[in-house]
Amino acid sequence: MSGVRVLVGTRKGAFVLTSDGKRELWDVSGPHFAGWEIYHLKGSPADPNRLYASQTSGWFGQIIQRSDDGGKTWHQPGTPPGEPTTTPDGMPKGESNKFVYDASPETGKPLTKHQWYDGKLRPWEFKRVWHLEPSLTDPDTVYAGVEDAALFRSTDGGQTWRELSGLRGHGTGPDWQPGAGGMCLHTILLDPSDPGRIYIAISAAGAFRSDDAGQTWRPINRGLKSQYIPDPNAQVGHCVHRIAMHRSRPGVLFMQKHWDVMRSDDAGESWQEVSGNLPTDFGFSIDVHAHEPDTVYVVPIKSDSEHYPPEGKLRVYRSRTGGNEWEALTKGLPQRDCYVNVLRDAMAVDSLDSCGVYFGTTGGQVYASADAGDTWAPIVRDLPAVLSVEVQTLP
Amino acid sequence: MIRVMLPAHLRALAHVDGEVTLDVEGEATQRSVLDALEARYPMLRGTIRDHVTQQRRPFVRFFACEQDLSHEQPDAPLPDAVVMGTEPFFIIGAIAGG
Repeated sequence: MSGVRVLVGTRKGAFVLTSDGKRELWDVSGPHFAGWEIYHLKGSPADPNRLYASQTSGWFGQIIQRSDDGGKTWHQPGTPPGEPTTTPDGMPKGESNKFVYDASPETGKPLTKHQWYDGKLRPWEFKRVWHLEPSLTDPDTVYAGVEDAALFRSTDGGQTWRELSGLRGHGTGPDWQPGAGGMCLHTILLDPSDPGRIYIAISAAGAFRSDDAGQTWRPINRGLKSQYIPDPNAQVGHCVHRIAMHRSRPGVLFMQKHWDVMRSDDAGESWQEVSGNLPTDFGFSIDVHAHEPDTVYVVPIKSDSEHYPPEGKLRVYRSRTGGNEWEALTKGLPQRDCYVNVLRDAMAVDSLDSCGVYFGTTGGQVYASADAGDTWAPIVRDLPAVLSVEVQTLP
Repeated sequence: MIRVMLPAHLRALAHVDGEVTLDVEGEATQRSVLDALEARYPMLRGTIRDHVTQQRRPFVRFFACEQDLSHEQPDAPLPDAVVMGTEPFFIIGAIAGG
């Protein structure tokens, strides 16, 4: 019988939640990497046993972890337990946490500063990996979105990383600035119909697209309006929180911006607002039903200064029309005194026949719906604050 | 033989319990001890010193013989008691955060 594996990153470790296709009874494994911030973990679409995790600490920096057995055991790529810790020529391994910006004269050198909160220029400084996106076809290829915003790629299973500096260097980099959470590259979408096409999003710079596998990039923010920047229609500077697509229709994108829920029908060339009847169009997470490309989910959050659901009612909103018309999904979710947040990477869907929808909260709950959002139940209630949720549908 | 005490998170990364003992070639300094530590436990590279600059990470401190050695020069000799192995070299995560 098929099943699901839910990968949960929290402020104090990672958890793996598994169930069969009914999604009623759950096994909870963890905490893995106890005490560390796990910004994100995700499985390879090409090999469900291959998982990657971003483990970070304000004290000890960035660690990349990898599992080759579906999360039962983990190791830092390049230094598996029991293997020699040096290469045959005596050089130490352990480069899996080495993220060094491209400083070559050709691409990196003129691009080493970005805007800071006070409007001054500040050099790029690596802080952490926010998002890991494994290749759709090769388990050893994985992309990393990092703070300060840049895109890295590994083609050796996470052992070594190289910046795709055409993004930071395409020209608008010096105008990027951090959002409240830092200047992070948090969204990476790989187009399943075109191996060359990659979408990424940065807070607070906006959305960008490459059509040549990450070598060159350009902003795709036409139609976004952000009242909090000097030119609301600027080419960059928009605080995009999350972008989602349906794999059958990769040219259609849905975006939760700082404020506004947006839609593009032309691969990001232009955007239209589809906030419609949402109670507030601020939020972080957004995702698309596994089998219905026009069914979209968001979790409205009251405002940029009040990061909790309006009226203390935790409601997922679902549109079956690709936006504009939204219905509140409340059955099984707390409808009073609820003041948690749902962060940008903390919602995911499975691809079972009856699509499962999952999200985690900063209060430590992970909620699941096995009927596309009609009803909800908590899988766990008392984890550390949830930073990310991903789902693998297992054969 | 140099005795090194790692903080709990780094012991977990290195898959070790308790103290680490290292043979250090040449004079025992912060740099030579950390070089030997990272050569034996390469998974610790980047967690104590920055990969590129080799500077101590801001929230990591070095202590030995009841002295804070964090701001000593990397090539300054370590105390005799550390060199002799009668006292450990402590690598400590600063008490901060939640």
